[in-house]
Amino acid sequence: MKVIITVIGNDKVGIVAAVSQKLAHLNINIIDMSQTLMQGSFTMMLVGDISDQTTSFSAIQEELTKLGTQIDVTIRIQRQELFDAIQKL
Amino acid sequence: METKQIRETLQMIDEEHLDIRTITMGISLFDCIDSNVEKACQRIYQKITTKAHDLVKVAEDIQMEYGVPIVNKRISVTPIAMIAAAVATDNYVAYAKVLDKAATDLGIDIIGGFSALVQKGYQSGDRKLIASIPEALSETNKVCSSVNIGSTRAGINMNAVAQMGTIVKDIAAIDPLKCMNLVIFANAVEDNPFMAGAFHGIGEADCVINMGISGPGVVKRALEQVKGQPFDIVSETIKKTAFKVTRVGQFVGNIAAKRLNIPFGIVDLSLAPTPAAGDSVAEILEEIGLESVGAPGTTAALALLNDAVKKGGIMACEHVGGLSGAFIPVSEDQGMIKAVQAGNLSLEKLEAMTAVCSVGLDMVAVPGDTTAATISGLLADEAAIGMINNKTTAIRVIPATG
Repeated sequence: MKVIITVIGNDKVGIVAAVSQKLAHLNINIIDMSQTLMQGSFTMMLVGDISDQTTSFSAIQEELTKLGTQIDVTIRIQRQELFDAIQKL
Repeated sequence: METKQIRETLQMIDEEHLDIRTITMGISLFDCIDSNVEKACQRIYQKITTKAHDLVKVAEDIQMEYGVPIVNKRISVTPIAMIAAAVATDNYVAYAKVLDKAATDLGIDIIGGFSALVQKGYQSGDRKLIASIPEALSETNKVCSSVNIGSTRAGINMNAVAQMGTIVKDIAAIDPLKCMNLVIFANAVEDNPFMAGAFHGIGEADCVINMGISGPGVVKRALEQVKGQPFDIVSETIKKTAFKVTRVGQFVGNIAAKRLNIPFGIVDLSLAPTPAAGDSVAEILEEIGLESVGAPGTTAALALLNDAVKKGGIMACEHVGGLSGAFIPVSEDQGMIKAVQAGNLSLEKLEAMTAVCSVGLDMVAVPGDTTAATISGLLADEAAIGMINNKTTAIRVIPATG
């Protein structure tokens, strides 16, 4: 199952490191990633694979939200199918 | 990775208030009919709580996993006037109470179907149900009621029109806010997921999942990008936006139906405003080019919007149904409220708008001393518009006392 993880917040040192470390810890494989600065705001999107997960979706979400609060960014995780449903025929 | 599309989708949800307005489970109660009130109520409670046992949980799970808000979890049932007709008692409040209890125990927001269909005439249950509406609404928290008093085929039941004026006044005498829980229709649809007018039609399957999706803010934002462009581009933009929004309903409805193991019914894309800023149909009309809602041109702009929303939505889902279009509930729409306060929107203009919107005179407050006959007059006018133009019309008026 693929998920889209989005990280948005003020740019500072260590966001990519903190997020990727947490994902590794949660055993989420990063398939693709993109990172830009949009109007001064740090925006990162990752495609992750959570097929081999033993942790529940809500627990992963909780972990990421907690990390987001710690490093002062918004981290969101959503299943990928939603984006395809809206944007593709 | 399609970062632009991901960003656009997130923006639709975060900033433009795209949401699943309601997931509504329609449940037939025909197999709960009994001539004994207690037995019938017991069966109704049993059936609703069994079928909808997981509805709230499934909706919450989907919201968490996909990040799309599902605002309301609702149930609609077969019009109670039919289900209760077999009992000898004259008062059907017990049925409303059992619906309320089932909804409360399940954690459902609203339950609709304390309803009667009298477009051509009354059966014995219809009369008793309508007489029970004021007490039923005042004794319950989550029950909604509707009465269909006319249709294009049958015409208008003027006795019912007269009676409903009195019923609205009776409800207002108890608590004017309860008037929000009663819709009086012409050409009511059987698969409407939106409240207060939802009931589970008699031609429907035993149990279905219907989705109601909304997003006036998404349409408004899209129109901001095409300011000053010709009307065909405006219309095309609304269609494309309606398509995307409806896809969310189709997608989420499919998942919900599968998880609940219940057939998926329809998606109803209705631009339903809420009091939140940026969630207004009036603002869309003004974005199309009106100086203010209510100004000359309003009916045309609303017609364009309603038409394009319907066309965009049709292609996006397997079964489009319900009311699909644009709602104009006056006191739930910031832009409408502003127009009324500025003296730009009159009741007469609003009535003209109902000839092209998807429902009717919705959430309109009238002075508390408005007579029953005047309310019946308003209702008859709306029903006539619906009957002649082969469209659903309705009134939900609130006589504001004090």
